[in-house]
Amino acid sequence: MHEHGKHGCSCSKEPLWPECKFQIVRKERLAQNIDLWEVTAPLIAERAKAGQFVMVRIHDKGERIPLTLADWDRGKGTITLVFMQVGKTTRQMGLLKAGDCVPDLIGPLGTPTHAEKFGTVVCVAGGVGVAPAYPVARAMKNAGNKVITVMGARTKDLLFWEDKVRTVSDEVIVTTDDGSYRRKGVVTEPLKEVLQREKVDLVFAVGPAIMMKFCALTTKPFNVKTVASLNPIMVDGTGMCGCCRVTVGTETKFACVHGPDFDAHLVDWDEFMARQRVYLEEEKLSLQLWENRLKGVQ
Amino acid sequence: MAKLNLNRTPLPKQKPEERVKNFNEVALGYNEDLAVKEAERCLQCPRHPCIDGCPVNNDIPGFIKAIKERNFVEAVRIMKKTNALPGICGRVCPQEKQCEIVCTLAKKNAPVAIGALERFVADWARAHPDQVPKDEIAPPTGKKVAVVGSGPAGLTCAADLAKMGHRVTIFDALHYAGGVLMYGIPEFRLPKQIVQEEVDYVASLGVEIRLDTVIGRMVTVDELLQKYDAVFLGTGAGLPMFLNIPGENLNGIYSANEFLTRVNLMKAYLFPEYDTPVKKGKRVAVIGGGNVAMDAARCAKRIGYEEVYIVYRRSKTEMPARAEEVENAEEEGIIFKFLTNPKRFIGDEKGWVKAMECYEMTLGEPDASGRRRPVPKPGSEFIMEVDAVIVALGTSPNPLVSSTTPGLETTKHGTLVTDEKTGRTKKDRVWAGGDAVTGSATVISAMGAGKRAAKDIDEWLRKM
Repeated sequence: MHEHGKHGCSCSKEPLWPECKFQIVRKERLAQNIDLWEVTAPLIAERAKAGQFVMVRIHDKGERIPLTLADWDRGKGTITLVFMQVGKTTRQMGLLKAGDCVPDLIGPLGTPTHAEKFGTVVCVAGGVGVAPAYPVARAMKNAGNKVITVMGARTKDLLFWEDKVRTVSDEVIVTTDDGSYRRKGVVTEPLKEVLQREKVDLVFAVGPAIMMKFCALTTKPFNVKTVASLNPIMVDGTGMCGCCRVTVGTETKFACVHGPDFDAHLVDWDEFMARQRVYLEEEKLSLQLWENRLKGVQ
Repeated sequence: MAKLNLNRTPLPKQKPEERVKNFNEVALGYNEDLAVKEAERCLQCPRHPCIDGCPVNNDIPGFIKAIKERNFVEAVRIMKKTNALPGICGRVCPQEKQCEIVCTLAKKNAPVAIGALERFVADWARAHPDQVPKDEIAPPTGKKVAVVGSGPAGLTCAADLAKMGHRVTIFDALHYAGGVLMYGIPEFRLPKQIVQEEVDYVASLGVEIRLDTVIGRMVTVDELLQKYDAVFLGTGAGLPMFLNIPGENLNGIYSANEFLTRVNLMKAYLFPEYDTPVKKGKRVAVIGGGNVAMDAARCAKRIGYEEVYIVYRRSKTEMPARAEEVENAEEEGIIFKFLTNPKRFIGDEKGWVKAMECYEMTLGEPDASGRRRPVPKPGSEFIMEVDAVIVALGTSPNPLVSSTTPGLETTKHGTLVTDEKTGRTKKDRVWAGGDAVTGSATVISAMGAGKRAAKDIDEWLRKM
């Protein structure tokens, strides 16, 4: 059903799929199960702003998944995406190599993170959330803020981009749940200490929903405005389906167009986390069948 | 005068008990003999009310005469003069409200099956590509037009402009062209292969189709205007409406757009072969009484829901869905609960919908739509157990384009304000048509709007 050369492909080498345009020019293993793609996408790179995302679809039978932009290079016309291999699609993405092409990459979507001079901004990033936190920290820094980044991971092997984050932060605090690197514990502990220590004007949180929920609970008593970048399930990513709807205060919002950033104190986190789990069984089945097929091939 | 033949040739269909187990097309279409037989019933009235009833003014008696004479090549030629998408129109147009209702034989309750004949011509053309005459394309004008959206309005506008000699580029946000024809209307009513082939036909006229491009985000309309002489907005009505009642964000509650996009565009009915899943449960309630509600209910039946309910707040007579679709749904075992409206959704401890509390309704005085206004009966609340709900209340235009385009005027419903005859918006060099202007309506009315705009754009470009 798909059309050859639907994007006017100009790949130099035989592409994995016939209708490619978005070529992976660099692939890097950042941490255990976490990969980076730098992909040619000049139009997206030109428009990209911190906090925005793209929809990715990697083959004809593939699903559309949202990935928040980790970086972009307008000069080279590339964007950087970071993903953790957790399900079938991200595992398949992990098999693609530099030179391969991605048939569908749509963006930049969503409302950019609002960056202006607030004063002191704390960026809290958990797990793979460090990737989307980086451009936000950079935008906050460029807007003249003092930027403190708190980044955490379960263990040392899952950490990446500490150096990169340091280049856009005045202070970086790193935590690991198991204490295998730097400070042992979760990100909310140093977050609380910073809030006790100095006046903070904005907290930006991106990472697992449970982490964002607890960031909101941590900052609430300090009455510090807290913004979270949500990562719900999406189908189209352009406001069409409402799969990504989230209760913010008394209103229903679509994360894909009204967000993905929302006031973390107003988000109904329990509902949000329940909605993220809708397809857990199907995701498991999909991955299992794919793994079985891979083993069968080997 | 020849004796009137009042025996309308029935369109062969899959049996209900078989078709609920598959996504293949329900209606099977006429073969040549059946088509000729039906064509012979046409009276060839000199006043041809059918042409006036058609929003794109197809030469209906013309192509029917050609079918009758077994000159199918000529039938295709006549059809393509006015209609770039006959395979689609023949399947999804509400002919019973347009061309067939005004057919002279409709007075005898036996209008000519114009829709089925149109579909026959389109299918014949697809089966005989070598015999189909090439379209005449006017000499290049050197003018460039951008068409935003590749649904019925955009495809029609693009096809007409291309035939008039203009260079046309269609932009679409999704990864396939076709808009609602791809994501909304199910395979069993409109096979995606047919949509793709009609899209390919439009491309064969020289129209460039750029997918994965979200106008309003990646490129603005003002930027398009720097590179194109004119812009047509056929952006549809993609934003789903919800009931705004408690519990609506529970797991298991979908907009019809989400449910249909998963099933149709992403082919979730073929999960896990395709990666996008859709939940399968036992009892699903579809809220609404339009064609989209019928589509969602019939999809739900096919993916394995045992009990599928249509919950509609008015009675059967007020239902906006096509009679044919309601009949198909009834045959397939969809259960209709009329004069019923949800009050709230009730969830389980894990956040999944398990029931909805509904009101019984009565009908009061007619409202602005001319239909009697439904009013809840006090104290009539009852509980309906469900494990999924599909909200099919209609859609409104996506604000991505209007909110990023200064100078475009919108109504309070978010639809674009245009001149009805020409499709001109309040912004210079920008035209619009289809659901983006009317709110959710029909495929054919969108095509009509695309056609009218193409004519006006052409006249305007030639005066430039």
